[in-house]
Amino acid sequence: MDQIAEILISAVLVIGGIFGLVGSFGLVKLPDQMTRLHAPTKAATLGVGGVLIASICWFGFFSDQGSWHELLITLFLFLTAPITGLMIAKTNMHLTWRPEELPYPGEDMHWATYGDSAERSLMDAVPEIDRAERDHRE
Amino acid sequence: MIRRLFPHPYLSAVLVVVWMLLVNRFAWGSLVFAIILSIAIPAMTSPYWPDRARLRHPGKILAYVLLVLRDIITANIQVAMIVLFKPNRLLQPAWITVPLDLRSPEAITVLAGTITLTPGTVSADLSQDGHALLVHCLHAPDPASVIDDIKSRYEARLKEIFE
Repeated sequence: MDQIAEILISAVLVIGGIFGLVGSFGLVKLPDQMTRLHAPTKAATLGVGGVLIASICWFGFFSDQGSWHELLITLFLFLTAPITGLMIAKTNMHLTWRPEELPYPGEDMHWATYGDSAERSLMDAVPEIDRAERDHRE
Repeated sequence: MIRRLFPHPYLSAVLVVVWMLLVNRFAWGSLVFAIILSIAIPAMTSPYWPDRARLRHPGKILAYVLLVLRDIITANIQVAMIVLFKPNRLLQPAWITVPLDLRSPEAITVLAGTITLTPGTVSADLSQDGHALLVHCLHAPDPASVIDDIKSRYEARLKEIFE
């Protein structure tokens, strides 16, 4: 029984390690900053995820009491990875892209990064739209 | 009374769970402290969050989380395959505009996070008035299908949960 658990845990560890490695390799291999951003935001998630699953299993099998810290780490990882990605993407847009090179943002004037957000922001706009919708329904 | 004590009931529940996970071992003392925190923190932060999101169907959150987890795993495998086996000259990165039907800032935040975590896409920016998302695709020979996918797979479900 112990041996099966050990094999399972090492398998998950190795799979997680492979994804982490591929994510890091992607950083080197992909051609420009924006495509490079894809490798760590995703491949690294599963890489770390594999290690955390292995940790939960190890504590479940070989320790008197389980450990649930790993779930919290996963939660915080899922909360922070997209925000890091967004910040790097925005910096990139300022450094290497001009607004003309990006697709047109539909009915609005600008993408938020380039627009004058001091005048209008999403938080100001939403209650108005909500109110209009509510009036419409009534 | 209950409403005054728990202005954000879901936030309070999440705080209790997170605190218990942090403590990592069940004890009645920590549960009491978790409940004190779950009353104090929403009360202190509620002035900064005036129009809180209303959840129409909180039961569908679990189904959404499972869907996203499954997609994260497939996304990882796809991206790993692209990184390992696709030569850079065959790669077709693209910027796409995803028009949004969602209006609540919380729902848009969740959608943007989901897009970043799933197949070959990173959400890069929001349009000035929040009507569209700018998304960068790692490999998108057919950008229209990516937009359809995002709208039908994630946005429709989030709309059910939030609006």
